[in-house]
Amino acid sequence: MKLRRLVQRGTSLGPAVVVGVAGFGLWEGTVRAFGIREFLLPKPTSILAELQAEWPVLRHAGWETGRIAVSGLLVGILAGVLLAMFTTRFRTLNEGLTPLAVAVNATPIVALAPIFNAWFGITGTLSNQAVVIAVVFFPVFINTARGLTEVHPDEIELMHSYAAGEWTIMREVRVPNALPFFANALRVVAPLSVIAAIVAEYFGGPQDRIGNVITSNAGFARYDVAWAAIAVASAVGLALFAAALLVERVSMPWRLAVGGSDSNNNPGRET
Amino acid sequence: MARVLRSVVTTALAILVIVAVWEGYKWAGQQTGGNWPGTGIELPVSTDDIIMPHVSDIAAELVSDIRDGRSTLPVSVFLLKKAWFTLQEAAIGFFLGSAVGIGLAVLMLRWRVAERGLLPWINVSQTVPLIALAPIIVTWGRNQGLPDIVCISLISTYLTFFPVAVSALRGLQSPDSAHVELMRSYAAPWRTTLFKLRLPAARPYLFPAFKIAATLSVVGAIVGEISIGTKTGLGRSILEFAQRYAVWPERLYASVIGAAVLGLFVFGMISLAERLVLRRTDEVVA
Amino acid sequence: MSTGGDVPAVVVDGVGMVFNEGTGGEVAALDGIDLTIRAGEFVTLIGPSGCGKSTLLRLIGDLLTPTAGGVSVFGRSAHESRTGQDYGMVFQHAGLFDWRKVQANIELPLELRGWSRSDRGARSSEMLDLVKLDEFSDHYPRQLSGGMQQRVSIARALSFEPRLLLMDEPFGALDEMTREHMQSELLRIWGETGTTVVFVTHSISEAAFLSNRVIVLSPRPGRVHSIIDVALGERTPDTREDPDFFAAATTIREALRSVGGAE
Repeated sequence: MKLRRLVQRGTSLGPAVVVGVAGFGLWEGTVRAFGIREFLLPKPTSILAELQAEWPVLRHAGWETGRIAVSGLLVGILAGVLLAMFTTRFRTLNEGLTPLAVAVNATPIVALAPIFNAWFGITGTLSNQAVVIAVVFFPVFINTARGLTEVHPDEIELMHSYAAGEWTIMREVRVPNALPFFANALRVVAPLSVIAAIVAEYFGGPQDRIGNVITSNAGFARYDVAWAAIAVASAVGLALFAAALLVERVSMPWRLAVGGSDSNNNPGRET
Repeated sequence: MARVLRSVVTTALAILVIVAVWEGYKWAGQQTGGNWPGTGIELPVSTDDIIMPHVSDIAAELVSDIRDGRSTLPVSVFLLKKAWFTLQEAAIGFFLGSAVGIGLAVLMLRWRVAERGLLPWINVSQTVPLIALAPIIVTWGRNQGLPDIVCISLISTYLTFFPVAVSALRGLQSPDSAHVELMRSYAAPWRTTLFKLRLPAARPYLFPAFKIAATLSVVGAIVGEISIGTKTGLGRSILEFAQRYAVWPERLYASVIGAAVLGLFVFGMISLAERLVLRRTDEVVA
Repeated sequence: MSTGGDVPAVVVDGVGMVFNEGTGGEVAALDGIDLTIRAGEFVTLIGPSGCGKSTLLRLIGDLLTPTAGGVSVFGRSAHESRTGQDYGMVFQHAGLFDWRKVQANIELPLELRGWSRSDRGARSSEMLDLVKLDEFSDHYPRQLSGGMQQRVSIARALSFEPRLLLMDEPFGALDEMTREHMQSELLRIWGETGTTVVFVTHSISEAAFLSNRVIVLSPRPGRVHSIIDVALGERTPDTREDPDFFAAATTIREALRSVGGAE
């Protein structure tokens, strides 16, 4: 049974692998065939070569950027979830804050980076982390608050029929109900945290990170190194995305048991 | 009407609260000399006029004059002009990205194997910080003789297509089998089913994605401007004012507020479009 | 499970219910309802949409508070009875928690009452036996059919042996075949447990087949129009073809017609 599922998964990944191999092959082939100069589009093979050659620098830069992204991600998630749980207990507060959060989320939050630099200084990483926290916080808060409040009325009535208190309802109904919504937000913010960290680096901070490696190498026309740095950043983002998917599966075994599909369908959005 | 009034009141109230917290914190900090009350521990954010200018000073800055090339004009008008440029970049990026997104969704709808082959890569694309590639894209674009505005739009396009592609696919797949079978009973070709059934059914899915995409297109435009050093645009102003922060902190705040307003503006435009497009179905339901 | 002598299961005394009271948008849902349900009875509430039958059920369960009159359950106020968890409730949609397996869903009310794990396990397997779902204890609700989900919901409602079972159109979303099967199952369970049942339905045949008494409500505001005794004795599949069954259904149908509730 298990083996069959594994084989099924393998074949379902098949087209993706084919597309990936074909895509990279096409890239390599085009660059070679048309003699496209490296500064426009380096070959995947030369990017790979630079990845090896510059590995110590890239590893360090990836680690530093990753640290800022992950720490900001965790704090942002925690803050978003806690505030969502808090506001759920006070309906008017929730109804007032949610539209405000939606509005703030519609603004380019990364533009706050220079202000955070002024507030927290540019010698440490705090101001960059603050950008990541702000970018992560709003989607998490909005989605989680929705998941905590958009509960089927029958389920609340059932809990009332058991004379259950607010806290029990939170634990037994609201939190499980919010999990798919939270997972959606997680899928979005996990890779976003890396991008926010890199953008924040444009505005200043320590100079040994991915964003700086990209800009400085691009400045010296060493585009293959810049691309290698991007590959490293993608790997970090991909790892966080995978972690988000893992959290989703582990925390919601009932979804796996039912659909078994891991498509992109936003599971929380009932329409 | 009551809803409009309520949202106006909520917004005003929210702004009031933010101003009160800002000025309150500043006032409290200045009472204690920048420390937590009763301790020698510094507050996380300094409360002096450089780090936290008075709200009234920021507001005053919006109407004070600034030099723009040869002319002199109020900061707010200056920012509006810059925002107009950024809006153009964002708009090109938004429409290009939406077109690419919907195109990919239709492709994935038509061939199941395309969905299985492309969807994982579309997901992966979101982890590639293409925004960091802005300098390269612009170098490339300039070599092709493309104006900067198009190059920056490409960054917006890259950020925009993802939410549209994913939501459009979901929307196109949303009609239930009864409707699809109905179309089949009419012997409707695939294209007719797409236009008469699937696209209309996808609208409620598309608009939330358009809202996300619109915001992202502004983010892409601003970050693009910052990273490649255009001569104009809101991102450029933010960068410029950030460098002169020690002299004119109010201007940085003004420009960031300008960015926020631009974000809200495009969000509002999409919401408006959503109302207009979806109104008819609403009326049927109600 | 003593029913306490002759204490009636439910007494509804002059109950009225007005929604949005004092806002100008008032809606009178129920008015002057008097009703006594004996312990061990199976009573059905039937009436056209808007007659307030679901509201009445929720007033008995203290999920809503009446704006006039009072409700008592087994001699206690409805509120005391709810906090004492005297009744179980079943909704039209099974209302199972997706994130709990079948067994854990049945054990939910027991958990909330602080039962030990082993006691819960013993009771839930008893209940699974009662609703004939022993093999499915380890499934998630979404893996079951609608009828099976509703059986789990009934098992959950009965798990703590409540003296009163409140059911709000529990079979309304099921197909006809499943529905008839569930009706027979419910009567079997009712016979085995001796629970009092208050059952809300739209269906005339369902009301006739299940109940000792059918209470017909008239709409806007909801009032008791008539109370119809149904004496069909022991129900069997043949009961559905019995002339007495048709006679009972006809009586109910005529009562509904006279309150303007064409089915």
